Amino acid sequence: MADILKSEQSPSSVEHIEAEKGVDQPFLDATELILNMGPQHPSTHGVLRVILKLDGEKVLNTECVIGYLHRGVEKIAEHRTYAMFNPYVDRMDYVAAVSNGLGYCEAVEKLLNVEAPPRAQWVRTILTELNRIASHQLWLGTHALDIGAITPLFYTFRDREEILKIFEKYCGARLTTHAFRIGGCLYETYDGFEQDVKKFCDFVTPKVDEYETLLTTNRIWLERTKGVGVLKAEDCIDLGVTGPVLRASGVKWDLRKAQPYAAYKNFEFDIPTGQNGDTYDRYLVRVAEMRQALRIIRQAVDSIPEGPIMGKVPKVMKPPVGEIYHSIEAPKGELGYFIVSDGSTQPYRVRVRPPSFVNLQALSKMVEGALVADVVAVIGTLDIVLGEVDR
Amino acid sequence: MLRLYVEEKMLSITTFVIVSVIKIVIALAVLLTAVAYTVWLERKLVGRIQNRWGPQRVGPFGLLQPLADGAKFIFKEDLTPPYVYKPLYIAAPILSLVLALTSISLVPIGNWVTVRGVRTPLEITDVNIGLLIILGITSLSVYGVALAGWSSNSKYSLLGSLRASAQMVSYEIALGVSLVGVLIMSGSLNLREIVDMQGGHMAGFIPRWNIFRGQIVAFFVYLAAAFAETNRVPFDLPEAETELVAGYHTEYSSMKFAMFFMAEYANMITAASIATLLFLGGWHGPLGGPWWLQAILPVFWFALKVFGFIFLYIWIRGTLPRFRYDQLMAFGWKFLFPIAVANVLVTSLIVALQK
Repeated sequence: MADILKSEQSPSSVEHIEAEKGVDQPFLDATELILNMGPQHPSTHGVLRVILKLDGEKVLNTECVIGYLHRGVEKIAEHRTYAMFNPYVDRMDYVAAVSNGLGYCEAVEKLLNVEAPPRAQWVRTILTELNRIASHQLWLGTHALDIGAITPLFYTFRDREEILKIFEKYCGARLTTHAFRIGGCLYETYDGFEQDVKKFCDFVTPKVDEYETLLTTNRIWLERTKGVGVLKAEDCIDLGVTGPVLRASGVKWDLRKAQPYAAYKNFEFDIPTGQNGDTYDRYLVRVAEMRQALRIIRQAVDSIPEGPIMGKVPKVMKPPVGEIYHSIEAPKGELGYFIVSDGSTQPYRVRVRPPSFVNLQALSKMVEGALVADVVAVIGTLDIVLGEVDR
Repeated sequence: MLRLYVEEKMLSITTFVIVSVIKIVIALAVLLTAVAYTVWLERKLVGRIQNRWGPQRVGPFGLLQPLADGAKFIFKEDLTPPYVYKPLYIAAPILSLVLALTSISLVPIGNWVTVRGVRTPLEITDVNIGLLIILGITSLSVYGVALAGWSSNSKYSLLGSLRASAQMVSYEIALGVSLVGVLIMSGSLNLREIVDMQGGHMAGFIPRWNIFRGQIVAFFVYLAAAFAETNRVPFDLPEAETELVAGYHTEYSSMKFAMFFMAEYANMITAASIATLLFLGGWHGPLGGPWWLQAILPVFWFALKVFGFIFLYIWIRGTLPRFRYDQLMAFGWKFLFPIAVANVLVTSLIVALQK
């Protein structure tokens, strides 16, 4: 056997296998199995690698290996002007690019001590909430697919398409939108923007119910998600977990209410919470969030103020020496930007607090003692995007 | 006198062989076509359920898609990973497919026919314990899956085949017991006799199919167990692609993979045929029209019932998520098996009281 290995594989892979053997050695006399899941695996949502220590199907231990999608975004920022770095943030959480842009633009605005005009605030809020729905739809489809239901994926992608069409009409791009600029928005809304958004709201409201008919009361879905990957509220706070995962554990914490940004303080909406902190509650919270997002969008569209869409910002942005931390409620949790300025045109340091990266920490706690199938369900329910985990 | 008898015997053996070969060729061709078009149907129907078109580029309505798929499978690189145990790695898909194709030879699809003075049943061979043999053959098919997973020498394959072995062995019991009720009622293991028992009507209009004669619980137990036996959603754990990549056939490519694929669909057709024969009255259905129509109609009714069952398979695939391993085992042993046993007890009690 060993000879075959050496003759038919490249030297590097033989070394790799032998190195892995060394790692396995302590477990070889036991009934345990080391299973390497990822980075190429259908349901690790990108290039996450999870090393599982299994006893049969039961998970004894997990270890996450990340960094396969590391592009050094934070380092790139140090060599770009503030405006030039803006498109890069879209590539972090690429399924919620608008939220990323909002967080970055608002952070730099705070540093520059300028404020976007009200009209821009409203448009930003509408687009960000649309993006929240798109992100949750993508999550719902892939999560259901991980658990074995193949149909919701197509329903959610069909409806997400309508959001992307609005983005495309507004700024020309569908995924990495680069919709906002420091100091406001570059583009005025197109003719019929309000109607399009209203039409979308009316279109998608029954569709959310449709997703629920397939899953919410489905016996198999309940069995697969209830009591799976339980995360208590204290654990969430200890681990720094935010977003729907935190709220499903019963903590009513939403930055849109806690530290309102953009135009959120003008709208009425609820913060959906769960009680058990299991996969099912996280599902319910996210579905409820889609409905709340629609509520916000409806209110915002009806009250878009007139006025300029771009504020007065200097052509050459040179923020005063200092530092700023600004965070927003991205679809996945608290997305924070820490920017240090040395008074030049380029940031001295940018540090992103990505929700996916922090939430991913909870994985090993959530899957302890679970089965292999639960690992997949829990990775799905955390709603991670590897572009954001690795940056 | 003796010479004449021997000559007659020789002649009948010759006709038997010729007729059998013809029947085998026809059955194989029909079955393989049916397998190919079940795949097409599944893609088309699941596509419709999911707001898609499904295959539509190759031929009208994508009807030539199975041919294109077959050509693709043949021309794909047949990759054998270097660390597999070759004899079993190659034998496993062959075993799976051969067993799947063999079991169909015992399935009758219609009554006796007489062509040019030769009287023959519409099946390859009529055995008086047909059902037992079919159950035996289908339970052997677990070897194909188990050996594939083991010989691949891959952890995902191994986990998939472990799941498959446990699942297929467990559900085999519930499946077998669910059929006992029907056997008690008909008093025979011969599929043809079981079907003949179900002819005619009750109360004027209800067909005397077993499903309407108190075996409805057994039918649903069989339905669930058959889904598990054929590794279909919601019991498709052995090949759960989102957990185990592709389960027991992770390391297979080209025609070897296609053999597993064909075996799965052939097993689906067998399971649907058994359900039709045992619960849904086989080829019984309204007859009428000219003689040629009366000759074809039974086969048509049989095919229609099998199609309905396969439609159910596909519909459920588009609707339900997948069970977890422990839930699957609990469902099989704690729910299906007791129900099947209770059904046997109740049925035997009623049959005893009626006598």
